[in-house]
Amino acid sequence: MERFQYTRARTIPEAIGIGAQATTAQQGAPVRFLAGGTTLVDLMKLNVEHPTRLVDINHLALNAIEHMPDGGLRIGALVRNAALAHDATVMKDYRVLSEALLSGASAQLRNVATTGGNLLQRTRCMYFRNTAMACNKREPGSGCSAIAGDNRSLAILGTSPQCIATNPSDMNVALAALDATVQVQGSKGERTIPFRDFHLLPGDTPHRETVLEPGDLVTHVTLAAPRAGATSRYLKLRDRASYEFALASAAVIVEVSGGRFGNVSIAMGGIGTKPWRMTAAEQALAGAPVDEATIVRAAKLALADAKPQSENGFKVELAQRCLAHALRLATGMAAS
Amino acid sequence: MSAARGSNPVGAPETPKVLGGKLPRIDGPLKVTGRAVYTSDIALPGMLFAIPVRSTIARGRIVSIDANAARKLPGVKAVYHRGNIKAFFRTAPPKGFSGLIDEKRPPFEDDEVRYYGQYVAVAVAQTMEQAKAAADAVRVQYAAAAHNVGKQLGADKPMKVESERGDADKAFASAPVKVDQVYITPTEVHNPIELHATVASWEKGHVTLYETSQAILNHQDVLHQMLGVPVENVRVITHFLGSGFGGKLWPWTHSILAAGVAREVGAPVKLVVSRQSMFEAVGHRPRTQQHFRLGATPEGKLVSLSHEYLNQTSELDDYKEDCGEATPFMYSVPNLRVASALSRGNIGTPTAMRGPGAVPGLFAMESAMDELAIALKMDPIELRKRNEPTQDESNKLPFSSRHLLECMQVGAEKFGWAQRDPAVGAMKRDGLTIGWGVAACSWGAMRSDAQASVEITREGTAIVKTATQDVGTGTYTVLAIIVAEATGIAIDRVDVQLGDTRLPMGPISGGSWVTASVIPAVSNAARDAVKALLGMATSGPNPAFKGAKPEDLQLVDGRVKRKGEASSGVALGDVLARANVRSAIGHGKSATTMGGAESRKYSLHSYGAQFAEVTWHPQTARLRVSRFTSVIDAGRMLNPKPARNQIEGAVVMGIGMALLEESRYDQRYGAPINSNLADYMVSTNADAPPIDVTFLDYPDLVLNEMGARGVGEIGLAGTAAAITAAVYHATGVRVRELPVRIEDLLGA
Ligand SMILES: Cc1cc2nc3c(=O)[nH]c(=O)nc-3n(C[C@H](O)[C@H](O)[C@H](O)COP(=O)(O)OP(=O)(O)OC[C@H]3O[C@@H](n4cnc5c(N)ncnc54)[C@H](O)[C@@H]3O)c2cc1C
Ligand code: SF4
Repeated sequence: MERFQYTRARTIPEAIGIGAQATTAQQGAPVRFLAGGTTLVDLMKLNVEHPTRLVDINHLALNAIEHMPDGGLRIGALVRNAALAHDATVMKDYRVLSEALLSGASAQLRNVATTGGNLLQRTRCMYFRNTAMACNKREPGSGCSAIAGDNRSLAILGTSPQCIATNPSDMNVALAALDATVQVQGSKGERTIPFRDFHLLPGDTPHRETVLEPGDLVTHVTLAAPRAGATSRYLKLRDRASYEFALASAAVIVEVSGGRFGNVSIAMGGIGTKPWRMTAAEQALAGAPVDEATIVRAAKLALADAKPQSENGFKVELAQRCLAHALRLATGMAAS
Repeated sequence: MSAARGSNPVGAPETPKVLGGKLPRIDGPLKVTGRAVYTSDIALPGMLFAIPVRSTIARGRIVSIDANAARKLPGVKAVYHRGNIKAFFRTAPPKGFSGLIDEKRPPFEDDEVRYYGQYVAVAVAQTMEQAKAAADAVRVQYAAAAHNVGKQLGADKPMKVESERGDADKAFASAPVKVDQVYITPTEVHNPIELHATVASWEKGHVTLYETSQAILNHQDVLHQMLGVPVENVRVITHFLGSGFGGKLWPWTHSILAAGVAREVGAPVKLVVSRQSMFEAVGHRPRTQQHFRLGATPEGKLVSLSHEYLNQTSELDDYKEDCGEATPFMYSVPNLRVASALSRGNIGTPTAMRGPGAVPGLFAMESAMDELAIALKMDPIELRKRNEPTQDESNKLPFSSRHLLECMQVGAEKFGWAQRDPAVGAMKRDGLTIGWGVAACSWGAMRSDAQASVEITREGTAIVKTATQDVGTGTYTVLAIIVAEATGIAIDRVDVQLGDTRLPMGPISGGSWVTASVIPAVSNAARDAVKALLGMATSGPNPAFKGAKPEDLQLVDGRVKRKGEASSGVALGDVLARANVRSAIGHGKSATTMGGAESRKYSLHSYGAQFAEVTWHPQTARLRVSRFTSVIDAGRMLNPKPARNQIEGAVVMGIGMALLEESRYDQRYGAPINSNLADYMVSTNADAPPIDVTFLDYPDLVLNEMGARGVGEIGLAGTAAAITAAVYHATGVRVRELPVRIEDLLGA
């Protein structure tokens, strides 16, 4: 039995102080913050994570959704996924985020899962979760079992010869499209990290998933004021109707005027090693007429760099269809 | 036994009040309030926990086991393996329904690993967590050998003919219209929500096993043999089951280990199988590969049917998935051949799973029939009509009760089949393409031996006892209904005692036989008890109805009355009190149909028709089952509420079979890789569409006096074929290898 020490942090500095004693904030970290526990405790039971110290952060005052003077929202790291999804402002002004959260996990899990925890949830690659099998993310240098194995659900973008695991979060896809920022407090003070810089590509260090350093506590996720006149949608495609991670998903925020696309933000999930921003497609859409041909062209362009694995070639086509349909939904070209 | 109904059931009440009603489960409140004690809830004083060590290779030899570090961990009592535990015996060849076990090699018999996850050692500790830590700390060295968990099946011996008439090959060669296809069903895992578990406790050479067993008497028989103790020294108890789907019929290695370990450590031991091991070491429905050839005239009359199939089994055990079970009698065809062989792999031994044989077999046959209907440009229901047999052509026996065409017709009306446009993709609704499909289904109607006792007490209650199990399907309730009906005692005053080998011999909970098997035994026992009671009411010392004949009396609402008289009569308890007798006890039996007179005179099967509607959203390749109609001819319905629930549950499982379920093996590790409930997908509530269930309710009086058959499996048969037919109708893609996946449909 792996023994660990449990501490309930009363203040943010206390939590950070304990966290900073660790050598890493990445896979294998000896100190871990405990939020909802739905990722962490699960992985501890599987022997994938074995921290010697858990710092329970549930009692820190980080569970508010605050309206900012600039019209944006500041979401505490401990706001539960269910609370965030059902928040009136989020439902009205950031529909893509609400839809993304509600498409994830199950009602029970969403009731305990937190914003910070969701941001940092680990991959669902089956080899990562099975300690009898080689995995570079879990044990650097041991090899990647997925590349020549069961990789149907894994990534086609951002992969490396060391790791092809997806970032499985739905919420992250919406946050990427929304250009959220992540607020962190660490032993060296506070900093603000743009969402697109927060998660790392696997490269040669798949065990490093974010830029977080020991002691870094995510305190908030901040959203800019909603873009006037924009519509946003999240579309998730999967085998069964519920309780499954995305095979492909798309978060889109579009502005349309005079039959043409204005600013468009697109991020996709289920296909990338991190939440994937589709800049080329965004640029292709801006100013183009809102029609089927434009949408299909943009969707093709979005996946132009995709590198399918042995069992997930279908994801290229599926992701294209997913993006195209999300755009149809957001522009009113399709109702469902 | 057959037409016994009406042949003088002494004292039976005239109008059935509870039978055919919609009674909720009598054990429902216990279950929803968490008071029903399941096997893994059992806690005995001084109980220890055992966790097995699972092999991490699929084939090879154990070179060494180092448990030193594990033994030193806190709370650890012992680590057992082949080198330090009393050896287990094998069972003698089975007789009837005893001595049955699918994985025949006892745990730790040799050093050979035959499948990934095979138990190679077991750790025992004071808590479950300590035992888990110890099991994880055991170091096992293997000499790995090449394994085979491949998907392509190959026969290990020449095909064996199971049924043959005419010349199927010749007739096929000259048939004007043909279907010639291979259908594949993947490895599926039962995955009942209740994990397998054993709590074993020894006292003076006697062992009590709290088990998750669908067949406690067989379990007792197997365990006494494997442990090498007299049969009367083994008691098996299963009060509640969180389902089993067949996976809990025969004992698995963990049960033997738990008993062996408890004997070694001298304390009660609990062993709960992990979800991961549920994919490895407690059976599964094996992969099947079925070659179907149908030949027909342009008018749609079948002239040839050939069904050759393989199923995967383990290296050591010959588990056969009887895919050809329904093939020989389903349709009228003069030339037929059914043949099969096994294909071996380094997988755990397969076992019966809900509708074994018939479910994968009918997926293949009904898919082939649908493809034939398309080739003929004929309505698939019309095709079935043209090939309806008048007798079971495999053995020339009359059907005891077959209403397949009526199922089709009633289903067609309820489903709205007449509105169908057969062209692919022709039917639309709300931006979605609609697909409709139909399939027939069948499942054998059987009965096995059973005994029961019914005791009418002075308190005016009845106690019914039989050593069967309630898998969660409502056996407690059905037995209470039967006794209430036969004795006139209110249902809430009937105490049903099941799940203990000390009770009179009861049937296994498998094959949908429980209902058919225990009904005669329990109703005979109830009548026997009533007879005893009425005897005391009319003769002997101080009878309540001196001079009356038993036939003049009846039991109503817990009282004995003269027939046709308005008087309130005498309370049952008072009848017994006057005779100074504690209780009136009756015994009853039912005999098996297997090899019995009925099975030689009749072809006994249930039938049904399954109608599926799918919606297809081409832009996103989203396919969902949107509506299902199931019409079932399974004899008389004793309690339609749980019966309907069985069919609905089976349809939901069938949606999983058609679209989601597959236990996938990693070819390099030889391990089932998606061995958890997130990655092995079953239908969720959101996948379950409205399901319309109709029972034709024709009693099958050949089978038993109430004409009741079971409904546990039939609802699953045909479901996947109806769905893939609907998928074809919507998309034009015929999927012959389950499950249907998004990638199969992207080209549509
Ligand atoms: C069966 C199942 C199905 C699921 N399906 C989906 C799905 O479809 N879509 C989806 O998006 N998600 C899904 N999830 C994942 C779920 O959303 C995450 O588990 C959850 O959001 C994690 O949040 P938590 O608060 O429980 O995190 P925890 O488990 O408490 O923490 C996760 C990680 O984040 C760290 N951490 C937590 N908070 C902070 C903080 N403030 N600062 C720094 N580090 C922190 C922890 O140390 C830990 O390493 C599923 C999960 C399960 C178990
Ligand atoms: S894909 Fe990444 S997480 Fe999966 S086995 Fe390879 S290295 Fe591990």
